[in-house]
Amino acid sequence: MSQEWQIVWFTAWVSALSTLLILPAGLAAAWLLARHDWPGKSLVETLVMLPLVMPPVATGLILLKVLGRRGLLGGFMHDRIHLDMAFTWRAVLAAQAVMSFPLLVMFVRAAFAEVNPRFEQIARTLGAGEWRVFFSITVPLAWRGIIGGTILAFARALGEFGATIMVAGNIPGQTATLSLSIYESVQLGQDATAFRLLSIAVVLAFAAVWVGGWFLRQRSWRSLP
Amino acid sequence: MILLLKNISLPLADFVLQVDVELAGQVTAIFGPSGAGKTSLLDLIAGLRRPQSALIQLEQRVLTDTALGLALPPRQRQIGYVPQDLALFPHLPVRKNLLYGCKPSAPRDGLFSYEHVAAVLEIGPLAGRGVTELSGGEKQRVALARALLTSPKLLLLDEPLAGLDAALKAKILPYLARVRDEFQVPMLYVSHDRQEIQALCDEVVELERGQILARTYEKA
Repeated sequence: MSQEWQIVWFTAWVSALSTLLILPAGLAAAWLLARHDWPGKSLVETLVMLPLVMPPVATGLILLKVLGRRGLLGGFMHDRIHLDMAFTWRAVLAAQAVMSFPLLVMFVRAAFAEVNPRFEQIARTLGAGEWRVFFSITVPLAWRGIIGGTILAFARALGEFGATIMVAGNIPGQTATLSLSIYESVQLGQDATAFRLLSIAVVLAFAAVWVGGWFLRQRSWRSLP
Repeated sequence: MILLLKNISLPLADFVLQVDVELAGQVTAIFGPSGAGKTSLLDLIAGLRRPQSALIQLEQRVLTDTALGLALPPRQRQIGYVPQDLALFPHLPVRKNLLYGCKPSAPRDGLFSYEHVAAVLEIGPLAGRGVTELSGGEKQRVALARALLTSPKLLLLDEPLAGLDAALKAKILPYLARVRDEFQVPMLYVSHDRQEIQALCDEVVELERGQILARTYEKA
C-alpha cells in the first residue's frame, strides 16, 4: 500500500472508531437535551457545543494539557498503565472524538425532538420501562436522524486538523491524517501529492455529506399516522 | 369501579384544573367543550402528567398521592389509554402494536387473550398490515385492542370517535358497547357528543374550564 493510501486508511479507521466511541454518550446527551429540562441545562448545552465554536487549536491545547504526560489524564495513564496519549494515534482519536461530538449531539437531538412524545407516553402506559421505550420507540422513530448525524460526525472527524496537530502532532506513519498530510505537502511544495490527497478528501467529504444529508432529509415519523 | 380523584390541582395555560370526585360508574363520560381540561385529567390518571396536588385511587390502590410524595409510574398503573390521536406506533406492524403491552405470562385463552380480543373487535385479518394502511375505523379498533391486551383495570378513552364521519361512528359505536359488555373493564370516556354518551355511559361528569359543573346519571 502506498504511503498516501496508508494515510487515507489510517484517517478513515480512526475517524470511524472515534465516531463509534462517542455514539453512546452522544445518544444519551442528545436524548437528555431533547426530552428533559433541569436547572443548569443551558450550561450543559453550552459546554457540549463549545468545541464547535472554539478555535480548534485552542481545544487541541486543552487536550494537550489534559492528555500530556504532565496532564491529569495523560499523567495518570502514563504512571499507572504505562500508556502515552499525547502524540500517539490515541491523541488523534481523542481530538476527533471531542471535535465531532457537538455535531453528533446537535443532529441526533433534532431527530429525537421530532419524535412525537405521545408515542413514548403511550408505550409507558402499555407497561414499557424507560430503556424499552428508548430502544423500541424513540430510536427506531429517530433512526434516520441518528444515522445522518453519525455520518456527518464521521465526516467532521475525517477533516479534523487544528486540535489534532496540537495534541497529536504530525508524525508520519503514526499520527499523520489526511488533513495534516495535505498541509505538510503544501508546506514542502509537493503539489502533486497535495492535489491527490485533496481529491480523496473532497470525494470522502462529498460522499459523507451527501449520504448523511440524504438520511436527514428522509421523512421521519413526526406526525401520528 | 371506584375511582377516587381527590383534591386534584393542575395549573393549565388559562385556568387550574380542580377536581374532587368519586366515580363509581361502569362507563363514566367526561363531557365538556374543547380545552376544558378533559385530556389533562386523563393524563393525570394515567400518570403522564404531574399534578400540583392529587390523591388518585383506583379501587383500593393508590396511584398518586402528592401528600405522601407517591406517584406510580404509568407502566405500573394497569391503565389502558386510547388517546385521541391513537398513537399507534407507525414503525411497527399491527400485530406488534397489539402485542406491545402483552405480558409473556398472560394466559392464552383468557378474557384478555390476543385471540379473544382480536375476535371481539374483528381485527384478526389486520394483524399483518402496516398501521398506515389501516382505515380510520380499523385504527380505532386496533388502538382499543392494544389497550385491552394489557388486561387493564381501567380504560381511558379520549374522544375515540372524534374525527370520524357519522357512518363510521355508527359502525364503531357497537364495538365500544361490545367491549363494555364483554370485558367489564371500567371506562372513562371523554366526549362532547351527547349521542355517544347516551349510548355507552351510565354516568356523566361535565367539565368546563377545569371545574366540574354537573354530575348526572344516564340510562345506558
